[in-house]
Amino acid sequence: MPLLWLFLIVLAIAAVGFVLGRARALASAGGDVRNLHSLPSYYGNNVAIKTVVPAILVMLIWLIVQPMIVNSTISGMIPESSVAENSSLGLVMSEVRRTAEGLDNAVANGDMTEEFARDARADFTDVTQRLKDAGQIVTSDVTQPILRAAQSYRIMNATGNLIMSGIVLALALSGLFWGLRDSHAAFRARNTVEAAVRALLIGAASIAILTTIGIILSLVFNTVEFFRLYPATDFFFGTSWAPSFSGRGGSSDLGVLPLLWGTFYISIVALVVAVPIGLFAAVYLSEYATPRVRAVAKPMLEVLAGIPTIVYGLFALLTVGPLLLGIFGDDGLGWMQAGTAVMTAGLVMGIMLIPFVSSLSDDIINAVPQAMRDGSYGLGATQSETIKQVILPAALPGIVGAILLAASRAIGETMIVVLGAGAAAKLSLNPFEAMTTVTAKIVSQLTGDADFSSPEALVAFALGMTLFVLTLGLNVLALYIVRKYREQYE
Amino acid sequence: MDANFAKENEPMYDAPLGKNDVDAKDTKIAAKDVQVYYGDTHAIKDVSVDLLDKTVTAFIGPSGCGKSTFLRCLNRMNDTIDICRVEGLIELDGEDIYDKRVDPVQLRAKVGMVFQKPNPFPKSIYDNVAYGPKIHGLAKNKAELDEIVEKALRRGAIWDEVKDRLDAPGTGLSGGQQQRLCIARAVATEPEVLLMDEPCSALDPIATAQVEELIDELRASYSVVIVTHSMQQAARVSQKTAFFHLGNLVEYGETSQIFTNPVDPRTESYITGRIG
Repeated sequence: MPLLWLFLIVLAIAAVGFVLGRARALASAGGDVRNLHSLPSYYGNNVAIKTVVPAILVMLIWLIVQPMIVNSTISGMIPESSVAENSSLGLVMSEVRRTAEGLDNAVANGDMTEEFARDARADFTDVTQRLKDAGQIVTSDVTQPILRAAQSYRIMNATGNLIMSGIVLALALSGLFWGLRDSHAAFRARNTVEAAVRALLIGAASIAILTTIGIILSLVFNTVEFFRLYPATDFFFGTSWAPSFSGRGGSSDLGVLPLLWGTFYISIVALVVAVPIGLFAAVYLSEYATPRVRAVAKPMLEVLAGIPTIVYGLFALLTVGPLLLGIFGDDGLGWMQAGTAVMTAGLVMGIMLIPFVSSLSDDIINAVPQAMRDGSYGLGATQSETIKQVILPAALPGIVGAILLAASRAIGETMIVVLGAGAAAKLSLNPFEAMTTVTAKIVSQLTGDADFSSPEALVAFALGMTLFVLTLGLNVLALYIVRKYREQYE
Repeated sequence: MDANFAKENEPMYDAPLGKNDVDAKDTKIAAKDVQVYYGDTHAIKDVSVDLLDKTVTAFIGPSGCGKSTFLRCLNRMNDTIDICRVEGLIELDGEDIYDKRVDPVQLRAKVGMVFQKPNPFPKSIYDNVAYGPKIHGLAKNKAELDEIVEKALRRGAIWDEVKDRLDAPGTGLSGGQQQRLCIARAVATEPEVLLMDEPCSALDPIATAQVEELIDELRASYSVVIVTHSMQQAARVSQKTAFFHLGNLVEYGETSQIFTNPVDPRTESYITGRIG
């Protein structure tokens, strides 16, 4: 039975359960809603929840566990001899799955009978030919062990699905009766539904957390794998980045320092642009601007935050790069060789960060109590004296937090760097030279046909982990500072 | 402390009468036909009053009667509110403070203000007090500044409590200490008039007693104007009292006279608790 049908049937049972449960509860109260503990629809929902939740949960678990069991059983069936050289069990298994799929499709199209597909004694050359005739492409010739494995794979999956359908339907029906039995006036259906809503919310929260943990774990495992192939000291302290792709042979230099330097250099240029402009914009918006100006200007500034970074990248490549080249290039001061440089990427990234700094700082400056301003004005201070000596110091921890958040954003930025900063990993002090960052190199190491067991590809995970630790550290620091600031006025 | 509690227990208006003798003093601030509008709301109507030098004047009246608004007119704090408009004449030592040539920032240095809630800046105690003298350039060097700060803190009756921790943040003090710090901060710029907007409303009775004692001492050097909701407080600390009601100045006179023998029936109703 296809999964979709099973799912729809369970939902249909639940819908019937809702109507029945509602009616039954109402009947048990003599048709008077006031005699019920909860509103009638709660009784209906109670029945529907008891029908759907256990059935669907079992279905989900079954769908995850069954392929695991089937795979391990089938893997055990494949003799070691049939795993060819420079191949692996995984490749053979995917062949088995392809063959099984081919058989399924052939049966579904009527090119083969079910009996033939299951016939253990069928000649494998014949089967291959018939699969090819039926238009089910099988990559290489199907060997005897693979065909046998594919056949049992099909059979195991089919029986598994059948058993699952039976169990799921049985669970749905028993849930229905359990719910119906409870549908009497004294039952606290409202509380049960409340508990279900709570469980749903907890589930949503834990999915987000579990995903984070999963991402970290996958990074950690691959990073550990990388350090098994490449010495950690060379990675952390190497000053040269020269990966050689496995196809060309030779060893690679995978030192992270040039990339980290590029990352920090570009981020610093970006922050030097973004922090003063963003902060002054925030001070203007929160202290000087009339409400009407503020209502227009603040959303306009925040539009900057909504522009996709690839567009900023184009802006860097097509506008800012040539502009800088005109001033600092060979025609001008002669410091700059090409349009892609630290300065180009840094300037554009700075523009991107302005709304982050200004928007967060604006909120923080507004949170400084009016009493501080009154106190300062009352002593005869001017507006700018008040801002410089009272408001900014009071808001400073929050502003530092905002700057750190902007910094972690700058460190993680990719597209602007790819398009604006060039691709050369260099340790240089000249801001008009092309450099590259950790993120841009992660992209270039993983695009193309990377072999995921080579250090050249796995280094991407080590880079990702480095970046993750850096930005996490910055975020934690920022949150700590912001929180400390909050305590000040409470 | 005990003495203060005893004071609380005394009959309501008797205590201060004896000491509130008012000699003939100069007029410090003269207001004539002052009108204040918040947008379309007419908040202050035709208020004319002469506030005397070296005298504590109390503004009393029910909430929303305009006493705080009028107080904030006296140092042009209302300028910071966009929709507020002031008409009429207010003179400080015979000079119109709303004249175009008057810089409100300079005016506020002369007419200091203490607010309802203690609002020390998130700086050290020393920097809180030194803030005003610094921005007005009152000290030639560090030693002089130290002197000004110490003098202000002594006048604020808080020197002994904080002299060993001038570097500690002002926000770490207790409520009463914070308010006295704010008074010291206002005194440090050497104002001629001190405006206080319900300075004790956020304080407990002990801190209130300390602040009231301080106000009485400040009278020797400044003209003090205090807005208060507590009629006992007005009776205790002031020599002159003005009663505001619905934006009008109903009655202005000697504190002893206002509390014992009010002319206007509205004043009598208010101080005996019938309206408010």
